[in-house]
Amino acid sequence: MEPEKIDDIIDRFGGRTGSLIQVLLALQRELNWLPPSVLERVSERLKVPLARVRQVATFYKAFSLAPRGRHQVHVCLGTACHVRGAPRLVQTIHDHTGLGPGQTDPQLKFTIETVNCLGCCALGPVVEIDGRTYGHVTSEKLPELLESCGRE
Amino acid sequence: MNQFTLSIDGKEVTADEGMTVLDAARRAGVFIPTLCHHEKLEPFGACRLCLVEVEERGRTRLVVSCVYPASAGLKVTTRSGNIDRLRRTILELLLARSPHSPVLEKLVAQYGAQPGRFEKQASFCIHCGLCVRYCAEVKKAQAVGFIDRGVRKEIAFVPEIASQVCEQCKQCFELCPTSYLQAAYVLFRAQAGLGSE
Amino acid sequence: MSRLNNPQDLERLRQQLQARRMAGRTVISVCAGTGCLALGAQEVIAAFREELQKRNLTASVDHKGTGCPGFCERGPVVVIYPQKICYLQVKPADVPEIVERTLEQNQLVERLLYRLPGDGRQAPREEDIPFYAHQQRWLLGNNMLIDSKNIEDYIALGGYSALARALFEMKPEQVIEEVKKSGLRGRGGAGFPTGLKWEGSARAPADKKYVIVNADEGDPGAFMDRALLEGNPHAVLEGLIIGAYAVGACEGYVYVRQEYPLAVENIVLAIEQARSYGLLGENILGSGLCLEVFVHRGAGAFVSGESTALMTAIEGRVGEPRPKYVRSNIKGLWNRPSVLNNVETWANIPLIINRGADWFASVGTAGSKGTKIFSLVGKINNTGLVEVPMGISLRKIIYDIGGGIPGGKRFKAVQTGGPSGGCLPESLLDLPVGFDELTEAGSMMGSGGMIVMDEDTCMVDVARYFVEFLADESCGKCVPCREGLRQMAAIFSRIVNGQGREEDLQTLQNLAEVLKSASLCALGTSAANPFMSTLRYFREEYEAHIKEKRCPALVCKSLTAYWIDPARCQACMICLKKCPVGAIAGGRDTIHVIDQAKCNRCGTCLEVCPKRFGAVNKLAARDVPSAPPPEERTIDRKRKET
Repeated sequence: MEPEKIDDIIDRFGGRTGSLIQVLLALQRELNWLPPSVLERVSERLKVPLARVRQVATFYKAFSLAPRGRHQVHVCLGTACHVRGAPRLVQTIHDHTGLGPGQTDPQLKFTIETVNCLGCCALGPVVEIDGRTYGHVTSEKLPELLESCGRE
Repeated sequence: MNQFTLSIDGKEVTADEGMTVLDAARRAGVFIPTLCHHEKLEPFGACRLCLVEVEERGRTRLVVSCVYPASAGLKVTTRSGNIDRLRRTILELLLARSPHSPVLEKLVAQYGAQPGRFEKQASFCIHCGLCVRYCAEVKKAQAVGFIDRGVRKEIAFVPEIASQVCEQCKQCFELCPTSYLQAAYVLFRAQAGLGSE
Repeated sequence: MSRLNNPQDLERLRQQLQARRMAGRTVISVCAGTGCLALGAQEVIAAFREELQKRNLTASVDHKGTGCPGFCERGPVVVIYPQKICYLQVKPADVPEIVERTLEQNQLVERLLYRLPGDGRQAPREEDIPFYAHQQRWLLGNNMLIDSKNIEDYIALGGYSALARALFEMKPEQVIEEVKKSGLRGRGGAGFPTGLKWEGSARAPADKKYVIVNADEGDPGAFMDRALLEGNPHAVLEGLIIGAYAVGACEGYVYVRQEYPLAVENIVLAIEQARSYGLLGENILGSGLCLEVFVHRGAGAFVSGESTALMTAIEGRVGEPRPKYVRSNIKGLWNRPSVLNNVETWANIPLIINRGADWFASVGTAGSKGTKIFSLVGKINNTGLVEVPMGISLRKIIYDIGGGIPGGKRFKAVQTGGPSGGCLPESLLDLPVGFDELTEAGSMMGSGGMIVMDEDTCMVDVARYFVEFLADESCGKCVPCREGLRQMAAIFSRIVNGQGREEDLQTLQNLAEVLKSASLCALGTSAANPFMSTLRYFREEYEAHIKEKRCPALVCKSLTAYWIDPARCQACMICLKKCPVGAIAGGRDTIHVIDQAKCNRCGTCLEVCPKRFGAVNKLAARDVPSAPPPEERTIDRKRKET
């Protein structure tokens, strides 16, 4: 992405040092990850020490310092989903894609993440793919779901 | 300057306004163990070794003396069965990170902590934060910082800055209680292709 | 739409809106909360739009997507007003029939109605359904009447009248007195008296003060704040503005976790609309009060729901809590007085101002007033959000409202208070729900998560789950939490893998003590609660894991095995083919045998074995019989058919 576009996104939040997290969220959404050069630019433009930008970018789970896959698969591991068998879904995804939580395949197709509660507890176990929530997911249905969402 | 008295381990102590309980204790010659405390740095309150019992308005509670403000009439206890037991376990947890730190070893002997009680962890850093905070507050360089959080938290040099300022400085090295900092620095230089020191 | 410059403008608008709405129109409300949307509510809404147009009914029938009523188990939920007919699990294909039979012919579509358990009688209206009938829905009751994206729906129902009252009929100190008198305690977890918090900030001298909505809702299993913020954002906003008036704040923040995009969308929209109507911004309703509200998204950290960590996050730093020796209502955001309250706490404020503290305090127990929304989830028939008066028993919530445990299984425990709370056993089901009552029993109210567990739940696994959750979410600053949880997780890992040692329980208790007494923040001090409560009430499970290397609930994988009963196996090959790791040996005439070394205990074989055979069993690993020798594996079908 061109530097001006990065700057636009940074400036969208008024250039306040307190806007660091909101700036990084917007950049993460645009770029699907936070490249080192972008972190440096944010540090310069918001006048926040690079050490702190790095700390924030690694402290919060929403950010990724490595490129993420085109399709984000989030398995909810909240207590209600856990009690309804969510860990089994993590196993199923691994069996099907070879990927564990936090991993992306070399072709950058899928990134698998576990999340600690999407707030859809009544529908547990819940899997979110590319921002769309799927409830009552079973080990049986999951591979098909991954295939249809991953169709490109 | 406003002065007032409080009691520490039964002893009447005079303190100045704005002092913490730790400051007041030090002035009175009462020893309270610390790891993350440094006179030149803002109190951190992370190692929890300096825990003391304070009694105020009939309520007793455990507070970290490096942060807790001293106040008139406060009753402070720096050693007790409870406090000692907590300090002992904290030390045992830290020994699982750095079993041979001379700084820890002195305290280990004093509190009867048991080395090897907890499973040894891979990293040696005990997260006192002295290096990070010194570089930020005193040197104002921010060449080393914390990354990630919780059980995955570690310190890391910021290559862009560290490669330019650390060689000539290294003032944080003597602060590290475990010497993990020195090891991290050697690794950083190797990764940054800067050759040996 | 024009700006409301004074309370009379607001009243006039309200009356106009009410007149329009009362003119005999039918309204079809479809829940458009995240849960129902995931079940296809958007398509249902589109189907209604299409069908109403097709039949030329749009002049007399409105349809809208609304806030969440809480009956999530049976979504998508549709309610038709004014008859209040409630249709459940509605699909787009059902819509033409609903429009034809109910709207045009005044008849019920019976298959979409709730059936009472027992005699199966129909319960056509919301109030006939036991799930709703036993609740006290002060906060959630309006959700299905409101299009969350339209401020006028809220105004038509009386919205912002409490604000007008506070601004023009009460002084700030009087507002605080009323909140104090009501006995309202924080709904986010700690249960601190709200009025006292406001009073502290109001009295603190400062150049600037802040009011903050904590919508981080990180407790797994809790989603009531999501439903409130998505479904009725103006109720929260109105409470916030009243609070700002009471303490003297001119800037507000709504901190919403980024996992709730619809809640972010709806509160942003609500703020914009409130501003354009003159209910936010400069000179609110002509009172002189100014308040700007900003939305700040979280970035994925449970600890940032802790009030001081939330404030450091708003400041753009990592969510590391600060030692609370000077309370944040005195020195909070940017070291200024900051009133931080939970979404549900703020939503209660307009009710208290409008109906009075005495009315509010007439419900509840001595120490816990008003209602509380619980998210009833887990092994329960009627999963969803329930709003009940404080003091109601756990038994009533779980059985009368929740409909009991599915599949005929036995109740084992209910977990309240999220990772800071504890598990309560069957013997405590008659406990009245309240802040102090739950704390005394070894749990906590927390944000209101209520997770029901049955006989198939392993309590050691539950404690392990919470320890690992907190180890992942700890900020890592203080030793007791970071190192304590790290070591607790390592010990739990050994225990569930059959490597528990005699001294483990003692060590865990020692670590629990350090966590409780020496941690920097509430995440740490409450981190050992799940372990301590399960040890208190389910000690025998720990002892079985450690001493006998056995998991009584057959959950812990290393201690559990799957075994095919040679006497029942019919060699149908289904499990053999479905096994993801190829651990089953056998053939068309050879009974199937699981290779225990290859088996990953996924449970697929148990699921797929035909019910009429029922050959797959789950047992304690140490009880698995050895496999029959190869020569004894051929099926003699003639024998088995007789």
